[in-house]
Amino acid sequence: MIFQDILFYFFSAILIASALGVITVRNPVNSALLLVLSFVTCAGLWLLLEAEFLAITLVLVYVGAVMVLFLFVVMMLDINLDQLREGFWKWFPFGAVIALVMVVEISMVLMGKYFGHEEMPIPEPKGADYSNTKELGRLIYTEYVYAFELAAVLLLVAMIAAIALTLRHREDKKSTNPSKQVKVRKEDRIRIVNMPTEKKE
Amino acid sequence: MNFIPPDLAPASSEIFMLIMVCVVMLADIAAGESRRYVAYLLTQITLLGCAILTFVSFSTESILTFHGMFVDDSMADILKLMVYGTVSAVLVYSHSYISDRGMLKGEFFSLILFATLGMMVMISASHFLTLYIGLELLSLSLYALVALRRDSLMATEAAMKFFVLGALASGFLLYGMSMIYGATGTLHVSQVAQIIQSGASSKEVLIVGLVFIVAGIAFKLSAAPFHMWAPDVYQGAPTAVTLFIGSAPKLAAFGFVMRLLVEGMGEMVADWQGMLVILAVLSMAVGNIAAIAQTNIKRMLAYSTISHMGFLLLGFISADTNGYSSALFYVIAYVLMTLGIFAMIMLLCRSGFEAENIDDFKGLNKRNSWYAFITLLLMLSLAGIPPMIGFYAKFAVLQAVVNAGYIWLAVVAVLFSLIGAFYYLRIIKLMYFDDPETVEPLVSNSDVRILLSANGFAVLALGIFPQALMGLSFYAIQNSM
Repeated sequence: MIFQDILFYFFSAILIASALGVITVRNPVNSALLLVLSFVTCAGLWLLLEAEFLAITLVLVYVGAVMVLFLFVVMMLDINLDQLREGFWKWFPFGAVIALVMVVEISMVLMGKYFGHEEMPIPEPKGADYSNTKELGRLIYTEYVYAFELAAVLLLVAMIAAIALTLRHREDKKSTNPSKQVKVRKEDRIRIVNMPTEKKE
Repeated sequence: MNFIPPDLAPASSEIFMLIMVCVVMLADIAAGESRRYVAYLLTQITLLGCAILTFVSFSTESILTFHGMFVDDSMADILKLMVYGTVSAVLVYSHSYISDRGMLKGEFFSLILFATLGMMVMISASHFLTLYIGLELLSLSLYALVALRRDSLMATEAAMKFFVLGALASGFLLYGMSMIYGATGTLHVSQVAQIIQSGASSKEVLIVGLVFIVAGIAFKLSAAPFHMWAPDVYQGAPTAVTLFIGSAPKLAAFGFVMRLLVEGMGEMVADWQGMLVILAVLSMAVGNIAAIAQTNIKRMLAYSTISHMGFLLLGFISADTNGYSSALFYVIAYVLMTLGIFAMIMLLCRSGFEAENIDDFKGLNKRNSWYAFITLLLMLSLAGIPPMIGFYAKFAVLQAVVNAGYIWLAVVAVLFSLIGAFYYLRIIKLMYFDDPETVEPLVSNSDVRILLSANGFAVLALGIFPQALMGLSFYAIQNSM
């Protein structure tokens, strides 16, 4: 048990530090990289919770796909940071008060007795032959099939929206149309000019 | 482990809708550039088919399916029928507007149908997960619709604001739902209600969850102080899309609030009542006062929406069948009026000209006295002047509020709608007593003319004889409580 505790505190400390870093560092690329770090440590915590499948998915999907794309975008875009920071200090006191109230309220609930060991007993650890991937699959395709299908529709909408918003036909595009090309007749390309013969004088 | 396949019959209209969206998309590609009307006709047929399916399988009791994630009851069926009708009217009104502006594409129709599917899912959800996914399906389609005219800077900016604030609101909602899950250990709406009733869950955790859920709902309803996105989005979006955002989703939002607050957390009514009172009073104040200063008609109507949403929330405050059915009546009345007034704005638009300012209504009576009369009916109804439907809707809500003992709230509501009457009557003054800036005649197709006239007269007729619609609302609520 003690080894798991050490691991938990190790991951948690890195997670909190990197999450704070995400919102405080000045360089957006560093910020994105710190977010990757927090995802990885979060996956570690999930492994400790015996949610192996979710932990691996988090690393594969978020770290492997989403964040890499994100990093690309951040690096490609030339973001003017000074413009983004404009007006930050003007609104800071207002935002800070609201954030403080929310933090106090949430920590009162989360750290209070409501989620302690009496309310939420530690579940029995499962044996080594227990596969939570299988269980997850079973639930997704039976009990949650409606929500699962709808999530698929959601992805379809995202795809259609992305195509509708980015695909457009440009007039000045320099591409060839094969069907037009094969239908071309010689009259389209060659002009036969009838010229009277001229004699050399 | 035995798996019993879920009963698909109650969800037949949703399934039909999903199949038809894909058909519309593919048919539009097959039909090509020159035959865009194929997608339009197919969309209308889809809505009609859904309406028939919903009507045939009309249920007088709650039927649960998909392991309790989907519910089909009278309220769901009635709201869905209203949604189909509204979306169909939106398409009729906006057809010539979008074809003038090069927006008549397959994506426009498929996104609208996807949004409709999202609304249907929200209305029929009996699980926090499906409530949330339905809402996201609706919102995601709406963000894309707002941004569809991507060459317009205003539309892009509006879509951006809508997207960022909408994502924030979804985050609020999800956080609140996770708190409720933490307290009750279930996501089924009916089980949440049971556990709260049994008192087995800690009240403090539930209240924190409730605060976040109410904030999320207020964002989606555009109730003050979470209303900031509404004016920008209403103004920036193409008018056809504004019409869509302003009408059908409000019906779905009503269903959403009913499922989440009333059915799920009805036991905590004392807690959310207070929150809704604050939201309602602020919305009526901000909406009605800020609308006076607007010169852009779409922006003005956005503030008018905010004030109407305040009134809608009043209906929930009394927390009884009468209150809920008056809120349902109110939202139906509101959708009718919004449809009419945005259709009028689109009529005033010509290709290459956007009617955006309230001055565009100047002298409408001289240009076309029939449409001026319809607008007069709509404006009087929005202001809540008898005998229009808007008056009766306000009256029913106020009656429920007074019965619940909130007399001061009713007084405040009346005072704010008096202030609000100013900017509606100003439009009437512009139409009848000012000279037109242009003499160009209003061009309209016969389908728009017939539907708009019917719409205007529905506002009048349902105001004089509100009993039928009121009875329907009461029936819907009573049967599903």
